[in-house]
Amino acid sequence: MANEELNSGNPKVDIEYRRRKSAEEMRYQVVSFAMMIFLTFVAFIAVGYDISGWFTIPFILVLAIIQVGFQLYYFMHMSHKGHEAPALFLYSGVFVAFITLLAFVTIIWW
Amino acid sequence: MKADEKFTYETWPAAPEKQTLDGKNKFLGFWLFLGGETVLFATLFATYLALKDRVPNSDHYLAKDLFEIPLVFVMTMLLLTSSLTSVYAMYHMKNFNFKKMQLWLGITVLLGLAFLGFEVYEFNHYVHEYHHTFTSSAFGTAFYTLVGFHGAHVAFGLAWIITLMVRNAKRGLDLYTAPKFYVASLYWHFIDVVWVFIFTVVYLMGMVG
Repeated sequence: MANEELNSGNPKVDIEYRRRKSAEEMRYQVVSFAMMIFLTFVAFIAVGYDISGWFTIPFILVLAIIQVGFQLYYFMHMSHKGHEAPALFLYSGVFVAFITLLAFVTIIWW
Repeated sequence: MKADEKFTYETWPAAPEKQTLDGKNKFLGFWLFLGGETVLFATLFATYLALKDRVPNSDHYLAKDLFEIPLVFVMTMLLLTSSLTSVYAMYHMKNFNFKKMQLWLGITVLLGLAFLGFEVYEFNHYVHEYHHTFTSSAFGTAFYTLVGFHGAHVAFGLAWIITLMVRNAKRGLDLYTAPKFYVASLYWHFIDVVWVFIFTVVYLMGMVG
């Protein structure tokens, strides 16, 4: 457990350390949020300016994937220790999701 | 460590959501559920992409006629901000500040309600102005199933968070309630993850054509 590693025997030291740790963590969260807002703006502007769809569609998809990365790794703490099993579950889901999407957009036609 | 042990700021563990076996199991099980949710939404996205703009005749409106940037933008900002406010709530949970956690969860709920209000307005607008309904075309069915399923997740998440807040208002934080709040906040973030793909794939790609 992360907590047990922190126990130095002196509770004051531990609390000071944790306070600093969580303040630092919060800064990362706010930076993530700013990045996510920025990526959203860029995506909406790219569509608003009506550049060629061949450029816009892959571009906004990449922005969405980066934004979801921030959400997963910072907001949902996947960058922390002890998230190996969650990563396995999530990426297994993503793998099946990818195959499903690939099938539906390529081998289905009308 | 017992689940109902009383804590102070000094004795509160750094990772309270994973201190007990119950908490560890909730955490693991919930991520497994999110993996399953990923697949569930992928099937809905795949169906939507296969059926996008598939309408029986030219009287029906297509994606590029329906969607408008301002409404989607406001909804996106509301949900994205609510994701940050639930991060703040968990920050206060880890600092054993129950009141502030409740406050930020309350703000999260209000933002979620505003989002849902806009979605109701949006669907109502499509149905009455454009006759774009669940049964009007394959496109309509795929659209309302995907976006409606997400909206239902938002509604469920709101009910969940409100229930936790009310039920534990007097009990406060301990190792029994902390995993519950933590898992609910994970769910709320996941709703935003799905929305990022909805606003990109459904709305923005729909407007591009």
